[in-house]
Amino acid sequence: MNTLRLRISQNTGLLIAVALFAILYTLYSSLHPKGWSVDLFVQNSNESLALIFVAMAQTVPVLTGGLDLSAGAIMTLVNCFASTLLTGSPAHIALGLLACLAAGSACGLFNGCIVVFGRIQPIIATLATGAIFIGISLLLRPSPGGAVDDNLSWVLTNALSEMDTTYHWFAPGAAPYWFSHGVGLLPVPILILLAVIVLVWLPFRRTVTGRGCYAVGSSEGAAYMSGLKVWRSKLAAYTLGGFFAGCGGLYLALQTGSGNADITQAGGYTLNSIAAVVIGGTSLFGGSGGAIGSVFGALVLRAISFCFRVFDPAGPIGFVANPLLQPIFEGVILLLAVSLGAARAMRVKNRLSLFT
Amino acid sequence: MTLPLKATGILRSLDRPTLVAGSFIVVILIAGTGYTLATQGTASFIEPTYLLQQLKIASFMGTVAAGMMMVILLGHIDLSVPWTIAASAMLATAVGGAWAIPVGLGIGLLVGLVNGLGVAFLRVPSMIFTLGVNAVLRGLMVMLTGGFAPQSNATGLMVWLSQGQPLGIANAVLVWAAICALLLFMLTRTPLGRYIYATGNREAATYLSGVNTRAVLVAGFVICSLCSSVAGLLIAGYSSKAFQAMGDAYLLPSIAAVVVGGTNILGGQGRLAGTVIGTVLIVLLASVLSVMQMPEAGRQIIYGTVIIAMLLVYGRGAAIRA
Repeated sequence: MNTLRLRISQNTGLLIAVALFAILYTLYSSLHPKGWSVDLFVQNSNESLALIFVAMAQTVPVLTGGLDLSAGAIMTLVNCFASTLLTGSPAHIALGLLACLAAGSACGLFNGCIVVFGRIQPIIATLATGAIFIGISLLLRPSPGGAVDDNLSWVLTNALSEMDTTYHWFAPGAAPYWFSHGVGLLPVPILILLAVIVLVWLPFRRTVTGRGCYAVGSSEGAAYMSGLKVWRSKLAAYTLGGFFAGCGGLYLALQTGSGNADITQAGGYTLNSIAAVVIGGTSLFGGSGGAIGSVFGALVLRAISFCFRVFDPAGPIGFVANPLLQPIFEGVILLLAVSLGAARAMRVKNRLSLFT
Repeated sequence: MTLPLKATGILRSLDRPTLVAGSFIVVILIAGTGYTLATQGTASFIEPTYLLQQLKIASFMGTVAAGMMMVILLGHIDLSVPWTIAASAMLATAVGGAWAIPVGLGIGLLVGLVNGLGVAFLRVPSMIFTLGVNAVLRGLMVMLTGGFAPQSNATGLMVWLSQGQPLGIANAVLVWAAICALLLFMLTRTPLGRYIYATGNREAATYLSGVNTRAVLVAGFVICSLCSSVAGLLIAGYSSKAFQAMGDAYLLPSIAAVVVGGTNILGGQGRLAGTVIGTVLIVLLASVLSVMQMPEAGRQIIYGTVIIAMLLVYGRGAAIRA
């Protein structure tokens, strides 16, 4: 009982984000004419996955008490890189996928080296490296374009059953019932996300280096005095952030079938990722939270903008559907969501702790 | 070796960031002049008309950076700058006439108060609160200007303040200089300035010393937003129009200018002279690179590399030893 209570109190932010997402998405699906259908589910998960990955990328440096203002730029760089690599023979494509993920991780490692060995504040170091990454993206792709293998981008952005129709796993019409009416209906983007969480994030959090990230975020001095390798945790955090941002860029390339070195888009993703991290219950001061919270934080942000699409303009709250009013509603909701999640004034017991 | 008292005084007043950034400006100018001498046979980068033109362009970012510096000295950051600039300029031009400038400044005051209250009283981290305020301002402007097109032409006074040059120098530069003089006086000669540095160093200690640190925080954010709205009015006067994305290009470069000028991003440390030199450096670097017909890709890479290189020279933090 006590452990359960402790678990809940440790994950309040995550639980609030999950509940908020459930409410918003239920509202959206019940108002949408095609609500609760596989098609809509696939479409929504496609629209969300890139932001989810960038939000996860932002989480790890934030856990160590840092920040990554280059997350959107790394995503853009890998997006442009992927648009030049993901064509040709299957072996060529497989190597291209690996190269893209390696490029994202390398960008993250570069950030980490500047923060750890250069001892420059993360916020300003990643601001500068972000400019460098955008510059490299522009070199790779001066104007939007490029090509991505059609089959690959089709199967990875649709329900799992499309993989069967494209690559002929089963004889035509002979797909077993559990596949055609069960597993096959799952959107591939969600499976990719689950794979990354289960294979990368959860194991990382259990390692000494991963736990070290939380320790460094709570108190860097104490972590150092306890004999933790602070530098290793920080390097790992930024590298993993680069890897997640790379996943986001790769997915964006698969989804759009092209690369685009768009500075405004990169900045938008970075800022939204910070908002998603906060809504997902991770403290901007470091030391508490996690990537799964950020997944739901990003989903909440996306669900808000989905909802505005489905309000009936003739209905009682039809004024909400006015496209001219959407930015202000989104802004106010964003402000309220981040403020409620982060306002410390309501929580502290000792007034002095407000000021530190 | 002992230098005369006066010379050591001057040397001491120039701290390391100011010296390094200042000499880097000279390097940029020499490199640019070498390039133009080789390609066109002119030394256009060291002609007074070019330098005065660059100062005029720098005055917009300089005004933003001076305000941003107050917030950074407090250990906070203001991400609502882009739409504070745009909102002030757009509402000022929409109202027009004699009320244009007071309305623009009023918007700045209002945004600063909201930011300050959110950060000082609700204790929301400034990075996300001002991000939210920025989104709200953007929404407000889309709502106000989306359905119809209000007047967006700058008033005569705004154009004069930005472009007129009765003294041989563009008025925008004089406005920037006046703001810097006021802020310099405030930072070095008034209690508020001391409180800003103290709060940025350790807010709890400042609070226990009897300073109303909440009021200091609100004051810092109000100054920052006021500076942004002044910049908005100047930019609108410069381009004779107010438009939606006019502030986007000023947020990150102004933070970079403050930090390159030697201000600690964690607060409590920094000089206004450094911010001025940092601004000139960043504006001049962008201008020289674009005259050298460097493509956007190369400009971004050089820009990022220069910031990192400068900070590696003088902006490194202390190693953690307990």
